[in-house]
Amino acid sequence: MTTTTRAAATPPRTGAPRAGARPFGLARHSLALAGRSLIKTLRTPEQLLDVTLQPVVFVVIFVYLLGGAISGSQHAYLEFLLPAIMVQTVLFASIATGVSLNTDVEKGVFDRFRSLPIARSAPLVGSVVGDLVRFVVCIAVLFAFGYAIGFRIGTDPLSTLAACLLTIAFAFAVSWIGVLLGVLMRSPGAVQGTAFLLLFPLTFGTNMMVPTDTLPGWLQWWVGVNPVADVMEAARGLIIGGPVAGPVTRSLLWTVAIIAVFAPLAVRAYRRRA
Amino acid sequence: MLGAMSYAFEAEGLVKRFGTTTALAGIDLAARRGTVLGVLGPNGAGKTTAVRILATLLRPDSGRATVGGHDVVRDAGQVRRLIGLTGQYASVDEDLTGTQNLVLIGRLLDLSRRDARARAAELLAWFDLTEAAGRPAKTYSGGMRRRLDLAASLVGRPDVIYLDEPTTGLDPAKREEMWGVVRSLVDDGSTVLLTTQYLDEADALADEISVIDHGRVIAHGTPGELKRIAGSQTIVVRPTDPERIGEVADILRAGAGAEPELPRPGLLTVPVENDAVFTAVVRRLDDAGIGVVELALRLPSLDEVFFTLTGHGAEEPTEVAA
Repeated sequence: MTTTTRAAATPPRTGAPRAGARPFGLARHSLALAGRSLIKTLRTPEQLLDVTLQPVVFVVIFVYLLGGAISGSQHAYLEFLLPAIMVQTVLFASIATGVSLNTDVEKGVFDRFRSLPIARSAPLVGSVVGDLVRFVVCIAVLFAFGYAIGFRIGTDPLSTLAACLLTIAFAFAVSWIGVLLGVLMRSPGAVQGTAFLLLFPLTFGTNMMVPTDTLPGWLQWWVGVNPVADVMEAARGLIIGGPVAGPVTRSLLWTVAIIAVFAPLAVRAYRRRA
Repeated sequence: MLGAMSYAFEAEGLVKRFGTTTALAGIDLAARRGTVLGVLGPNGAGKTTAVRILATLLRPDSGRATVGGHDVVRDAGQVRRLIGLTGQYASVDEDLTGTQNLVLIGRLLDLSRRDARARAAELLAWFDLTEAAGRPAKTYSGGMRRRLDLAASLVGRPDVIYLDEPTTGLDPAKREEMWGVVRSLVDDGSTVLLTTQYLDEADALADEISVIDHGRVIAHGTPGELKRIAGSQTIVVRPTDPERIGEVADILRAGAGAEPELPRPGLLTVPVENDAVFTAVVRRLDDAGIGVVELALRLPSLDEVFFTLTGHGAEEPTEVAA
């Protein structure tokens, strides 16, 4: 095709649809960008490997390797462990948001978004929302595998659903910490390393594997202030039974607090990044 | 006398420092509506920094810039409605298909789903990408990728288009193709800011050229004016039969009125004042039945322009990096 025919085929500039301001821009643009994250996830299924394999691997290691020694009964231990494993694996899955965001910023994809008349926060919100599907996949795989090896919920489906939603909401909040790291740090590897370093004490420093009263005093203190321990306690209560009001309230407060602090920080850092 | 509003964009005294390095040391750039401003300079001269400021991606440390009368810092949102950016930095998403990339941008520009799809199809067709529309962009060749990058910046029908080294790394045929696209954008009424390291590219496309070096504009003018500053054009001839080099030299001497040089065995060059001499030389070579393996009218290279303007070459290491 020659340039002359190209020029002739140029769409007229006037009278055609043109960008204009419409209400609810942030929500609409964020959703469009979340759709982009989703397409990317579906196009590269290996990006789902971590969320599909990780829950299985963790359950196998903890239940069959340690379960007999820790609790004497692998089945009883599975009941105790699975709700907490759900929280842990979903939190690990949330790291990917910060990592892929860092890749996008480095590659220049976000420069194009930043040159468009959309809210500066839209690409960040879009990434976080788009990755929610990873959490859902993670939870689905965990429950499917758990059921296959004999796990049964001790409460009712609605409470279990509430536990899943609470976990997803908390992981959504934690994603914003990953986003902040993703915007600030120089390489995807650095983001991943730092995020894991933060998440290890938060997820393992809990009553996930053993009851709190078996821990030394200083670690009991840490479990007491660790928000992840609250979320695990809430998930356990909602799925297999036990106290829920306190842990659920504290989990929700933590979720709101983390978003309130880290989402604005991440947007500010993104705005400033040259 | 032109009023301020006849400029599509205008930058005055832009300064930008990164740590201790000064990327821009106070540059002025402006283009009238419907024209191409070429920004010519070596790597690290500050071209990309200037584009990023005009595209609202960077804030200047001092100085001001407006696009369509809107300040790039205070009215960044308005500016973003007017501009399209294609460059080394603004890039498409490699995991998305051509269509998905363009539809996404259409949606972000508040087109309806249907309009976004229609606009994407229209641009893909225009850039010869219809067949590749359903493939992820990472499977595209370099030239296709550049065309998709450019299409992405045109979704919103921008008034002002920034092309940051759009042909760097493209082979000559793909370069010509990109030049054709730029020309048709201008025919269509857009204003283009084109950064380049190639004098021939600026010469082929730009109405006016600003030459920048070390973050400063060191010369500004039409391509013709710059070429007059930088020195004349050169005719280069390599006859098929090296034995006839003497005859070629006579023809060149007669046509150009200057003594030809023999920079390499079998190759003659002579400076000429105007293009007409070239036509005359070609005719005389033909009349004399002299075959040639190389025959060209060469512009001074960027290096020669730089040498004339600055006393140093374009490729010399600069103490200021961008």
